[in-house]
Amino acid sequence: MSMNMLSFFRRSRAANSADTAKERLQILLSHERVDRSGPDYLPMLQRDILEVVKRYMKVGGDSVDIKLERGDDLSTLEINVELPGARALHARGAA
Amino acid sequence: MAKVIVVTSGKGGVGKTTSTAAIGAGLAMRGKKTVVIDFDVGLRNLDMIMGCERRVVFDFINVIQGDAKLKQALITDRRLDNLSVLPTSQTRDKDALTQEGVGKVIDELRKEFDYIICDSPAGIERGAHLAMYYADEAVVVTNPEVSSVRDSDRVLGLLSSKTHHAEKGEGPVKAHLLLTRYDPARVARGEMMKVEDILEILSIPLLGIIPESPAVLKASNVGTPVVFDAKSNAGKAYEDAVSRLIGEQIEMKIQPERAGLFQRLLRRTA
Repeated sequence: MSMNMLSFFRRSRAANSADTAKERLQILLSHERVDRSGPDYLPMLQRDILEVVKRYMKVGGDSVDIKLERGDDLSTLEINVELPGARALHARGAA
Repeated sequence: MAKVIVVTSGKGGVGKTTSTAAIGAGLAMRGKKTVVIDFDVGLRNLDMIMGCERRVVFDFINVIQGDAKLKQALITDRRLDNLSVLPTSQTRDKDALTQEGVGKVIDELRKEFDYIICDSPAGIERGAHLAMYYADEAVVVTNPEVSSVRDSDRVLGLLSSKTHHAEKGEGPVKAHLLLTRYDPARVARGEMMKVEDILEILSIPLLGIIPESPAVLKASNVGTPVVFDAKSNAGKAYEDAVSRLIGEQIEMKIQPERAGLFQRLLRRTA
């Protein structure tokens, strides 16, 4: 919600669509220029997170979900790890 | 039954990505579960035109190479929840696409979506070839201009020989002509080929005529497919094209304010 509000205000500040275009490009390209020099790190990040979690918990191979939102002042990285619930743990224990 | 549609042209800059975004969004507006895929590896742009460029995490190439699951790479549109974008990689090159990998992803998407719209890169190299390879139908985007029409003819040749449909003897890929950047005023002055001329040369059915319109640049500026601009001529023309794509009979008409001569010309075709 707060994100939506922010983008709402940001957009209303842009007087016309050309300003919006310039702003979108500036944000995107500033991120892309940095990413271009490095490796495609997100798959590696995902793999590493899964490995670390697996050290402590029993989780499946596709239980990590990564979301990234590139912003102007800040970007957000959202990591969701799906853990087995009580029923799944119980079933596993019984098996 | 899911339908795979390639948006292709041979020539660059004729409006493939604009048309992919507009047709994809138009189908979703009509309640069809739709995904648009960017095949232009290394020069990704469909994400910008769709307005989801800041949310790209994983891409088509990550999925093909097994680094991410398909559902992780799909970005759900914030305006329509039955519309998704599968972005491509901005850092790899076209060699990262394999026929087998593309086939697997398309098969998986067929289970989830009604329409799979493949945005082809310009040219006739690997990316363009793979964008059309699994297509059931094709939208050939053409400008009323000699090099564009020539390249469209070349692409039509490829559609009838270098596709899965053609190779398996399942008949040709059904191709539709989408005429873009059409300027009725210039046609009236005899400065631009008219729609009949182009239909006569390419002899494929007409899906729509998108008029040259300031709404297209405006839509791209803000990352909103132009079909959402329901008041614009281009937006309306894409809406009509989408209706025809799903089998409705819609009269071929554009730009009421300039109708006169142009509509009379068109009625003769229809």
